[in-house]
Amino acid sequence: MKNSKYLPLMATFVVFVLAYIICISVFPNMLSTRVAGNLLTDNAFLGITAVGMTFVILSGGIDLSVGSVIAFTGVFLSVILRDTSIHPLVAFVMVLALTTAFGAAMGGVIFFLDMPPFIVTLAGMFLARGISYLLTTDSVPITHPFYSTLQDIYFVMPGGGRLTLIAIVMLVVFAVGIILAQRTRFGTYVYALGGNLTSAQLMGVPVAKTTIGIYALSGFLAGLSGIVFSLYTSAGYSLAAVGVELDAIAAVVIGGTLLTGGYGFVAGTFLGICIQGLIQTYIVFDGTLSSWWTKIVIGLLLFGFIALQRGLMWMSERSARNMRHASAAQPSNA
Amino acid sequence: MANAQPLLSVRGVSKAFLGVSALENVDFTLQAGEVHALLGENGAGKSTLIKIITGAYRRDEGEVLLEGTPIYPRDVVDAQKLGIGTVYQEVNLLTNLTVAENLFLGRQPKRFGLTDVREMNRRSRAILDTYGLHIDVTAPLANFSVAIQQVVAIARAVDISGKVLVLDEPTASLDAHEVEMLFAVVRQLRARGMGIIFISHFLDQVYEIADTITVLRNGRLIDTVPVAGLDRLKLVSMMLGRQLESDIKRTIDPDTPKSEPLVSLRGLGKRGNVDPLDLDIRQGEVVGIAGLLGSGRTETAQLVFGIERADSGTISVAGTPVAMTSPRKAIAQGFAFCPEDRKTDGIVGDLSVRENIIFALQAQRGWMRPLSRSEQEALADRYISALDIRTSDREKPIKFLSGGNQQKVLLARWLATNPRFLILDEPTRGIDVGAHAEIIRLIIDLCERGMALLVISSELGELVGYSSRIIVLRDRKMVSELTGDEISTDHIMKAIASHGATGEAA
Repeated sequence: MKNSKYLPLMATFVVFVLAYIICISVFPNMLSTRVAGNLLTDNAFLGITAVGMTFVILSGGIDLSVGSVIAFTGVFLSVILRDTSIHPLVAFVMVLALTTAFGAAMGGVIFFLDMPPFIVTLAGMFLARGISYLLTTDSVPITHPFYSTLQDIYFVMPGGGRLTLIAIVMLVVFAVGIILAQRTRFGTYVYALGGNLTSAQLMGVPVAKTTIGIYALSGFLAGLSGIVFSLYTSAGYSLAAVGVELDAIAAVVIGGTLLTGGYGFVAGTFLGICIQGLIQTYIVFDGTLSSWWTKIVIGLLLFGFIALQRGLMWMSERSARNMRHASAAQPSNA
Repeated sequence: MANAQPLLSVRGVSKAFLGVSALENVDFTLQAGEVHALLGENGAGKSTLIKIITGAYRRDEGEVLLEGTPIYPRDVVDAQKLGIGTVYQEVNLLTNLTVAENLFLGRQPKRFGLTDVREMNRRSRAILDTYGLHIDVTAPLANFSVAIQQVVAIARAVDISGKVLVLDEPTASLDAHEVEMLFAVVRQLRARGMGIIFISHFLDQVYEIADTITVLRNGRLIDTVPVAGLDRLKLVSMMLGRQLESDIKRTIDPDTPKSEPLVSLRGLGKRGNVDPLDLDIRQGEVVGIAGLLGSGRTETAQLVFGIERADSGTISVAGTPVAMTSPRKAIAQGFAFCPEDRKTDGIVGDLSVRENIIFALQAQRGWMRPLSRSEQEALADRYISALDIRTSDREKPIKFLSGGNQQKVLLARWLATNPRFLILDEPTRGIDVGAHAEIIRLIIDLCERGMALLVISSELGELVGYSSRIIVLRDRKMVSELTGDEISTDHIMKAIASHGATGEAA
């Protein structure tokens, strides 16, 4: 009973372990740091933006703009690095400032105009994608030597696997995200907004600041994810990262976060990313399966998790009711 | 009142909304170490006064003094900081957070810039220990009963504010045992010297816990009196307002042969909602339901109409038991129900008078058999003239009509379905005098044409006027059934005020 809020997280963990066991029993080679390293590297950009998405969904919102923001970041960086002599680090700061401000602006619209996050971030999605097209419609390669330097940073894990810089960035983002959610006032405010907006307001939660902060954080992490994506692909392309927002939402939900907000963990999202990564890896190892199987399995998993959450809510509602009736029956009938 | 300086003092406060006065020149004084009950029926101005004290509204006139200093709380959070905390009936905490997080939200202890969870939990345990509550503070609040959530809410309010505590119907969803637990906490806080404003519809509870009572009616202060020695009948008449003129009653021929009941309730009830009750309603009869707000009047009507599902008892219609599981089933039996709050549960403001009238009939026929436009127009015109609905045009959106005319449109909607049994919940609330009289005439007229009616009203004089029988509810129980000569406002008030063996904490 007490741990019912951990139940979806535990379910995710069980699914992850099962998936891993299945993978290893079919392809024993998958049990290696090499595979683990690649999995983290391939999903680094998705994981980073999924951390931001976790905060948004915990607060009861949604951010559909992140895929477009990732594409915009890549295009912005590639154009800047091609046309000017600005150092990539400076360009990183510029683009992060832009995407953070973009997220904050969406949060402001959501709060002050009292608009549904779905609509506001849908507008943001079109806007960011449109601006990317405006910058360039071509895929622009990034050839700056600093990029090669960054791409060559990695740790060799025991067993020969490489923990690349972008994988490390993702792990750090998850660690910071966990602390932010569990150990700061901002984190508690995020849960509070997702729990009950009216109560949160009456209890003195700074709703405006928190809402803007949440979408600014999501914008910042989408920008960071875009930088990582540009390091991963060495290019900027306005058609890139289409649908990544949906993959991120899927990872968050499979990670056990309630879509209506208030319940969930950043750590769960990490497991959600790993499960998605495992499925992709399995398909690569198999070699005969179409890559669309990833989508099919993810779809089935999503259905499963939504059903699980619904079931858990029914169960807790019923036990709450029974508890009330039990306590109501005792004294009044005595 | 001997104290030199009261804890909280409200002087000559007035508040109006869009020119309609909600509170007029009200005084209210709260001493430290006092439980002060604030009583009044709907529209009495209780909640307006509370919202002014707690900063949710700003007063138009008058002043509020806390320990002798005038205060102007900007909002609820500001009032909390000044020392005035509020706990609402719907506990306003966050059930997805832990108990400790609820107690310390917004003021969590920090260590190295991060929340010090261990310290927060330790302090939470210490706070709740003083209330005799030993629970796992790291568990989500949702794991605990409403009563415990109430105590946590009180603990938070006291810890933040610590001077004045407003309890707005805190016992409405608690059982007797839980109420005792809550009252123990309230007594403890009173002993600590806090001033507590207690709002409740349960007179037994008021007598049990309060030291002083202030009664408001129609936005005006009626009186502030000590509870000790206060006669219940006097209190009820203060709340309801005695009509001085003698009751006007409809003459009912006592020799009318008693027909078989059309609707017959046997042991119908729902736990925590309405205690099981028996009631027969015959054709050509108006049964009135009297009782204070929160006594279970509306809940009874909702059970009969299938809006709430009963968990005990049966409903029979013309001798046949019916499973009343939804309003659709009730409508199929020829039932009709005009709810209390016509703005939210009745009218569809943007649709025309015609569309509002045909709703129930169309729903009954099903979407496969739409009423033709000419049928709709004929129907609407018939009822507009029959009920004298004042509207320039049957196509006018109903939101532009006056309250009385909206109520008539709702009546027309149900009359169009040609019901056998009509339930009216506060049919005359908030409408002008002329329309008031017309609706009463209509009730009598329908009754004489053989319809069975169940009418809920706070206007006792009016209820006495048209009812063939009146049942009185108190604390969700039927406590009396008045027939013939017993029907009078006097008897109703005595029944409401009585506190027999069923009263007190059962």
